[in-house]
Amino acid sequence: MTRRRTTTEGTAARRLLIALALAFLGFFLLLPLIAVFSEALKQGIGPFLDAVTSDDALSAIRLTLLVAAISVPVNMVFGVAASWAITKFQFPGKSLLITLIDLPFSVSPVVSGLIFVLLFGAHGWFGPWLAEHDVKIIFAVPGIVLATVFITFPFIARELIPLMMEQGKDDEEAAISLGASGWQTFWHVTLPNIRWGLLYGVLLCNARAMGEFGAVSVVSGHIRGETNTMPLHVEILYNEYDFVGAFAVASLLACLALVTLVAKTVLEWRFDIHGSAKH
Amino acid sequence: MLRRRQFIAATGAFILAACSGQGGDGKAGTVEITNVSYDPTRELYEAINPAFAAYWKQKTGQTVSFRMSHGGSGKQSRAIIDGLDADVATLALAYDIDAIADKGKLLPADWQKALPDNSAPYTSTIVFLVRKGNPKGIKDWGDLVKPGVEVITPNPKTSGGARWNFLAAWAYGRKQGGSDAAAEAYVKNLFGHVPVLDSGARGSTTTFVERGIGDVLLAWENEALLAEKELGKGNFQIVVPSISILAEPSVAVISANAKKHHVEEAAKAYLDFLYTPEAQVAIARNFYRPRDPKIAEQFKATFPPIPMVTVDKDFGGWKAAQKKFFDDGGVFDRIYAQK
Amino acid sequence: MPSHSPSTIKRPPGSWRQPSVLPGFRLTFGLSVTWLTLIVLIPLATIFMKSAGMGWHEFVQVGLSNRALAAYRLSFGTAAVAGLVNAVFGLLVAWVLVRYTFPGHKVVSALVDLPFALPTAVAGIALTAIYAPNGWIGQYLEPLGIKVAFTPLGIIVALVFIGLPFVVRSVEPVLADLGKDVEEAAATLGASRLQTFNRVIFPAIFPALLTGFALAFARGVGEYGSVIFISGNMPGRTEIAPLLIVTQLEQYAYNGATAIATVMMLASFGVLLALNLLQAARRRRYGA
Repeated sequence: MTRRRTTTEGTAARRLLIALALAFLGFFLLLPLIAVFSEALKQGIGPFLDAVTSDDALSAIRLTLLVAAISVPVNMVFGVAASWAITKFQFPGKSLLITLIDLPFSVSPVVSGLIFVLLFGAHGWFGPWLAEHDVKIIFAVPGIVLATVFITFPFIARELIPLMMEQGKDDEEAAISLGASGWQTFWHVTLPNIRWGLLYGVLLCNARAMGEFGAVSVVSGHIRGETNTMPLHVEILYNEYDFVGAFAVASLLACLALVTLVAKTVLEWRFDIHGSAKH
Repeated sequence: MLRRRQFIAATGAFILAACSGQGGDGKAGTVEITNVSYDPTRELYEAINPAFAAYWKQKTGQTVSFRMSHGGSGKQSRAIIDGLDADVATLALAYDIDAIADKGKLLPADWQKALPDNSAPYTSTIVFLVRKGNPKGIKDWGDLVKPGVEVITPNPKTSGGARWNFLAAWAYGRKQGGSDAAAEAYVKNLFGHVPVLDSGARGSTTTFVERGIGDVLLAWENEALLAEKELGKGNFQIVVPSISILAEPSVAVISANAKKHHVEEAAKAYLDFLYTPEAQVAIARNFYRPRDPKIAEQFKATFPPIPMVTVDKDFGGWKAAQKKFFDDGGVFDRIYAQK
Repeated sequence: MPSHSPSTIKRPPGSWRQPSVLPGFRLTFGLSVTWLTLIVLIPLATIFMKSAGMGWHEFVQVGLSNRALAAYRLSFGTAAVAGLVNAVFGLLVAWVLVRYTFPGHKVVSALVDLPFALPTAVAGIALTAIYAPNGWIGQYLEPLGIKVAFTPLGIIVALVFIGLPFVVRSVEPVLADLGKDVEEAAATLGASRLQTFNRVIFPAIFPALLTGFALAFARGVGEYGSVIFISGNMPGRTEIAPLLIVTQLEQYAYNGATAIATVMMLASFGVLLALNLLQAARRRRYGA
């Protein structure tokens, strides 16, 4: 009994901590969420459904899903590779490399869009060449994908690096010395160890990829039913004073948080079935 | 290594496939016109586009479809300069189309002469929106700087609409005091009464209507009418000041793009169509002032006469006004630097 | 996933890194650096090239004007405060989520990602609606003389919202991975709960916490969409640096916009690099 108490807190302390955390989340996360839903459902469920099933909304949803479906896997490959290189090996300039990976976080979304305009715009570095060959990058889907990849670039790597650093490389070295191939080691040793971190990274990356507004707004061109993503569609509806519509589409995006919940539950369940959950 | 190359090749192929240009197909039976416009015109063009499509079908047998893009006027103008495929631009002020001619070289510099009335088929002006019953007793510009009055207007540095507000206020100050110095003193005083500078005109309307902040909203007449009649029905009323400014939202064919897409003829006809009685009625119904005197007569209850200055006559055109008032180090910056 | 087996490359690469028995360095390092260059470095280079196109004098005039300096102070200051708030409460939230079970645990855990999924503009609008003088909370704060919306405090609120997931999601996996055995050992050796936290748990999660803070801070500095709704945008008082970039763009002054962007980027890069170096130094001292 005494032993148990030493690795956790007393009931009172525990309740206090939980209450504090919930109060904080309530003020900063729950209230805005409630505000969004209450605006969206202000006039009942009918206008809400109309707003999210209009042609423009559906095409925005399709585009948003497409963009996320391209940028998340791409960044996942990068994130895993980068964190492997960074955490399993010692080399000079590592801090610099990590900082460079962080860089997209520190760039204002306004600028993240602008850089692709400066690259591919009519007066950009590659602009004239692209115009000559009739290839469209900005104000079309590829530009939106590029801006999204840029914005979400660091997420997965950043999620994995601290975790893998904390775990060290003993497990992998043991596996290699027992004759496992590099790929086997990664698949059977590293991946199970990092799966929660990887999952968080993917979910965050996906949420951000779908929710990004600033950078995408610069490169999209806002053509209705064509290059409007969900966040852009929200802005347009809001600017048309269609508050119900705007918040309805926004609440759809907020529901992504619930997708997180489902995905996590499913994965937890699967890993528990296989009895390999380490928690 | 081989598999990586395949992966890269597949990615490349995907990107190229996604890049396939759309562009208007001017041949045969269909044309597609891309209209890049500013925020408040969506309902207007939703009314006009089908009317033009019917007209054009009857006249030429071609089917017209439209791609619409709405956003802040300055941002839309930059997008066109940077390569957004606009066939026509219908923006909030001539300055933004001048920039397309100037920096993008996509249409002739004298584009404003291509259509009647300075290429502005509809106009508007700046009025005051106050809360119901006008509790602060606002009648004219002079009342805005009384103690305790809060004025909502967007930031002229980021909002095209706000620049009209600023110039209208300036016109009053100059008329009242008789000099630019007096005008600057008035405008400085006025901005001392502004608690929030939203980045766009519609943000200001929301601040005023939804957040309940401020006693007076400086707004385009079409926006004020929309707020009065639809957005906050019964909660607001419009006050017409003694002097205001003629706001001329300009339209132009972006000839380089229209030519590339082979839609010059239809694009030109589309803008001409805006001057027809049918379109002018749609314009008036969407709270813009029609140019056609007959239609204007029909809607005169909605649009009371106001003495108006114009940017061209009273401020030497947009380029001069922009430089003097709104560019870095201009009058607006000076007003805030002195505080 | 890497599309082929790393085991095909076994030869240890150049001698500039310490030898390791683990394979895959060349592949993963090469892939990372290539991708980094294509997606991040080349596009960002355009900012430097563009602002290098203007003379030094002009650069200073726009990039380091009094107005810009005031905006930098505001942006970096509010981002730092918001980052600290998030470091404290983010750690608390992560702790509660990992260590305790309570009703609604999973919903709360899912809620943490909300700030990423919600478009920033929506967040800004929602927060303004809550904290404006007639808002749900604003109306109670107003009589107390506390103004949130349209003051720097409002900016901090928005940035706390934007940055929270960074801290929680950085700390959470590390905390979950931290076995209870070390804590038990500490307890067996007679350490109090607080001592265990200070000496055992905190050092282990500190790098992750620092990372979370750094990312929340960096993100806050550049944030635009949510802040412009709640800040009021008054020049010199609540005008954030990204708004100045937009202002420059509105004047079609791409050079000026990139000048401000360059200053901001160098400053955030400096802060991030310093934090990362600090972490590396710490790791060397404590061993990893």
